[in-house]
Amino acid sequence: MWIANLPPFIPFFIGALLLPFLPNKARYFTLLIPILGGLNLFFGAQDGNWHVIKLLEFDVQIMRVDKLSLMFGYLFHIAAFIAITYSLHVKDKLQQTAGLLYAGSALGAVFCGDLIGLFIFWELLALTSVWLIWARRTEKANKAGVRYLIFQVLSGVLLLAGTLVHYQTTGSLAFDFIGLESVASWLIFIALGTKCAFPFLHSWLTDGYPEATPTGAVFLSAFTTKVAVFALARTFPGTELLVYIGAAMTCFPIFYAVIENDLRKVLAYSLINQLGFMVCGIGIGTALALNGAVAHAFNDVIFKGLLFMTMGAVLHRVGHVMGSDLGGLHKTMPKTTIFCIVGAASISAFPLFSGFVSKSMVMAAMIEAGHEYLWLMLLFASAGVFHHAGIKIPFFAFFAHDSGLRPKEAPTNMLFAMFFASALCIFIGTYPDLMYSLLPWENTYQPYDITHTLTQLQLLFFSALAFVWLNKMGLYPPELRSVNIDMEYLYRKMLPEIGRSTRKATSAFGTSGRLMFTKMVSYAPRMSKTSSYSTAQTAKRMAAILAIMLLLGYVTKMI
Amino acid sequence: MSQTQQQDETKDEALGFFDKPNNVKWILWVFYALCIVLVALDFVVHRHIYLDYEKIPTFYALYGFLACVLLVVAAKWLRLLIMRDEQYYDKNEEEKPFENEGSN
Repeated sequence: MWIANLPPFIPFFIGALLLPFLPNKARYFTLLIPILGGLNLFFGAQDGNWHVIKLLEFDVQIMRVDKLSLMFGYLFHIAAFIAITYSLHVKDKLQQTAGLLYAGSALGAVFCGDLIGLFIFWELLALTSVWLIWARRTEKANKAGVRYLIFQVLSGVLLLAGTLVHYQTTGSLAFDFIGLESVASWLIFIALGTKCAFPFLHSWLTDGYPEATPTGAVFLSAFTTKVAVFALARTFPGTELLVYIGAAMTCFPIFYAVIENDLRKVLAYSLINQLGFMVCGIGIGTALALNGAVAHAFNDVIFKGLLFMTMGAVLHRVGHVMGSDLGGLHKTMPKTTIFCIVGAASISAFPLFSGFVSKSMVMAAMIEAGHEYLWLMLLFASAGVFHHAGIKIPFFAFFAHDSGLRPKEAPTNMLFAMFFASALCIFIGTYPDLMYSLLPWENTYQPYDITHTLTQLQLLFFSALAFVWLNKMGLYPPELRSVNIDMEYLYRKMLPEIGRSTRKATSAFGTSGRLMFTKMVSYAPRMSKTSSYSTAQTAKRMAAILAIMLLLGYVTKMI
Repeated sequence: MSQTQQQDETKDEALGFFDKPNNVKWILWVFYALCIVLVALDFVVHRHIYLDYEKIPTFYALYGFLACVLLVVAAKWLRLLIMRDEQYYDKNEEEKPFENEGSN
């Protein structure tokens, strides 16, 4: 019983604790952790609250099993398995250890039963994941990692503040529906929103993920944002505001993605776009919508992970993923090309691929809830995501003009991880019933009917037609070596600039102040031996001043 | 130097499937044909209609095409506004911080 309901983060943490002291080859055994842990969860775990530990004066529940936490539990085991397989060739224990701890923290967060537990794992997510960026060991990555960490920790501080105020006012620490009412709930909402990459709070993602190591980005894309989606689904389902936030999240990143040159940054933007669909689903809050959000999170981890893996393979072999300098890689990396196309088809929601069976649930729920204009926005985003993630990524990396690069095919372990993720994408897309049966709410959604299949194919084919047409007309914006300014402009350019100019201004002020002082000093009489002022003269003057003061004193008294 | 070497090597290779213009043309024709079939099906198949917009014939095809053209045009305009050179953020970080005047 105890083993069956073992909190899933424990094996990951034990593995991470032992790994640094074991020989390098031991990393192959870490693969067993997600496999055995996942099987144990699938066959053993029973609904309920298991294992309450005492922390200070609070009872912290570390194993709360229900359908929602189980769904994310399975997902994170699969994601950890894929990511660990993908990084088996890396002889860097820092990355492997950080990866295990990070996956474990995510699992801890989804199985904890109260806000204290959530806070602890929330912070652990930040502290463990940043090493996957720092492990790149470049100056750029170091700085990006620090910026990433600041955002993550700020989110944690907000969550802690929100939790404390919430506990003060309601006396409850339950990790359940909170709803947007009090100050405390707003604090928690913004804390979750930061990790969920809400607009204006999203730049840590597009700034940090592209700087991570090839294998680190695969870990990163899976966990942090999905834990945030999970937490939002627990605490704020049916919050109207989320629908609008989600719709904005689906739309604004695609403009950036079209003109972005770094292909992993394109994926980071499209990650925000996919999160938008999930946030919309949570905002609508009906059973269909929430199921859609959870199902889409499930699929997104796999297909976005797959796309990050293919770009990671390119980065590993070529050394960069700049669209402007890639092209023609299909000749020497044919398998990676095929996996990339599968990932692209899945994220674009082609029929028979996984995105199709989950995104449509959110779309259908949107119509049911009566948000017609927002539905049009989501439809626009669906066409757009095909445009940038579905066509642009595979086209510019593997086809387009021949760059002359002839890299080797990706290492075997990478290929296997990509194959596994591709197989899952196709399996879920063709046989969605298994995933549907695991969804937390009652549900009878049927994705494959003639209307839905036909309309989706029309949408996608004509989006592709637009791409072909724009390319033929020479209207398609070429990939350019460039940086596009986003929210990080505020803290990477504007604030430093303000600081710099303030310091300049104050220093100028200081200089003039000093100048004035020296001038005044130079005017003052100098009491040296050669000085023209004699002591007697000074004494006389002082006596005169004293006499005047005395006189004035009498005058004022008389008045 | 290595660039030219590489290009020479690629010339030596047998032309790949996608290097032959005829193959690409052929693929595109199949693609156009599929587009036409999808539009034709719209008039044959009875779609379920939930919203008023959907009553427009071939609504999804039109929307998909227009959405992507608009997206690209808007993104091109956006480039004028937000595109900077690659070293944009790094410049200041490499610059020496202003001279410290307190030291003299």
